[in-house]
Amino acid sequence: MDTLMDISSAVFLLIGSFLCVSGGVGILRFPDFYTRMHAVGVTETLATAMILIGLMLQNPDGLVLLKLIIILLMTLFISPTASHALANAAMQNKLMPKLDKNDVNEKETSSNP
Amino acid sequence: MLIAATIAILVVMIMAILRTIMGPTLYDRILAVNLFGTKTVLLISLLGFLMGRPEFLDIAIVYALINFISVIGVLHYSDASIFKGDDQQKKIMKKNS
Amino acid sequence: MAFLVATAIAIVRMKDLFSVIMLLGIYSLLSACFFVAMDAVDVAFTEAAVGAGISTLLMLVAITMTGRAENPSRHKPVLALVVVTITGSLLVYGTLDMPYFGLAEDPVHLHVAPRYINDSMQEVGVPNIVTSVLASYRAFDTFGEVVVIFTAGIGVLALLSVVRLPKDVAKDISGIDSFNKCMHEEHLILRIVAKMLIPFILLFALYVQFHGDYGPGGGFQAGVIFAAAIILYTMLFGMSTARRVINQSFIQLLAATGVLLYGIVGVISLLNGKNFLDYSALSTDPVAGQHLGILLIELGVGITVTAVMVIIFFNFAGRRNDQQNKENNDS
Repeated sequence: MDTLMDISSAVFLLIGSFLCVSGGVGILRFPDFYTRMHAVGVTETLATAMILIGLMLQNPDGLVLLKLIIILLMTLFISPTASHALANAAMQNKLMPKLDKNDVNEKETSSNP
Repeated sequence: MLIAATIAILVVMIMAILRTIMGPTLYDRILAVNLFGTKTVLLISLLGFLMGRPEFLDIAIVYALINFISVIGVLHYSDASIFKGDDQQKKIMKKNS
Repeated sequence: MAFLVATAIAIVRMKDLFSVIMLLGIYSLLSACFFVAMDAVDVAFTEAAVGAGISTLLMLVAITMTGRAENPSRHKPVLALVVVTITGSLLVYGTLDMPYFGLAEDPVHLHVAPRYINDSMQEVGVPNIVTSVLASYRAFDTFGEVVVIFTAGIGVLALLSVVRLPKDVAKDISGIDSFNKCMHEEHLILRIVAKMLIPFILLFALYVQFHGDYGPGGGFQAGVIFAAAIILYTMLFGMSTARRVINQSFIQLLAATGVLLYGIVGVISLLNGKNFLDYSALSTDPVAGQHLGILLIELGVGITVTAVMVIIFFNFAGRRNDQQNKENNDS
């Protein structure tokens, strides 16, 4: 029973770190803002959930378990909302997605550095 | 296993910092800071477990909330029409509205 | 550590102030991680709450009033660079003489610290030594800190407050409904999620306040989290609605009440025949007196910090609102 929980915790942590790193690679290599947002927004929530479940399986001890569940619930609410708000704000400030590889990028953005 | 996860998260944080410095538009930078914040929450929880002091989870909860509030704040104040002295932007906004 | 240096260099070199604020957020996060790695929990807590949250928001509001790009500097600051390098290397040379970090015979570990660490449990009876040092052994210093925060709030009020005439207030109230309707479609999802989250944040702030005896926390952190919840509400629902919920005179009263509570606890101990802010005079059993004293002053600190942060934010943002309304009316 103990080794089973150890192994499953290790598996969850491994999956979580892999998703996390793939999100990080995505944010560096994707060509456009909206594609980067796909990479980060999806993998970030899932990686957090996996790693937190892995931590929960390692140390099932009353108050610590409760706090980990609270962090998990909050992340499930907060991360997608933040991604939505970011995409909405970018769209309203007229940051256009790059639709075609040969497309001249119509970034009439008002936020150039 | 915990140590491997910690190293993975540190690597992602380095990537997020690179994107903050490099990102051509403002929204890339906000996205990268949001990512950095979520990874900090995970890093603090993992460090708490590694060092055997689960009180760090309080910091993780606070940090997740503060990250959210900061990102919403930045987005709210990043509308172009509220910057003083950007006359050209105001003309564009007036033409479009 | 290398991250901190790299981020600091990047902050200085960039010209766009908005990106600078992002980088400042990352800088304060890195400091918080650094403190966690050094096992200093309360400091990390405060740094994460204040540096990444409130500082970033306040600087953002300041930027909206000053414009986004830095003025190009007109001369090369070579002399300043030379002076800074010389001073920095002198300081580093001075620290080479100091004892190695964490060695047991350091003077810093010999005189005051062992007494705090050894005697804190019997004298004060509170598991969190940081709180016992901050609130009981060094309560007078903490009193000074609270008064400093209060003075900062008064300074902002004196410089930036805008007198609200009754006709302005009436116009605000009548404008709220139309404002709410047009904002509603834009921010629908955010509003619903915020309505669910804000009670939880307030409850968590109360937990941090009163759990400061046993875990990391205490008055300062709780005050910052409370203020952050109120700022979230203000951003999403509009300044006018927020002013109706918390009007200006109430919050000023709260700020003064916190400092007054702290002072009253000290004066009561004086009146009972012991030193100022010596809590064993507060009840018959000295340890229970310490508990009561710490509870009351942490409450005072929390109230003052919340009220001052909200005052500063309302004044900055209210000023920006008025400026924007005036510009819309002029052009």
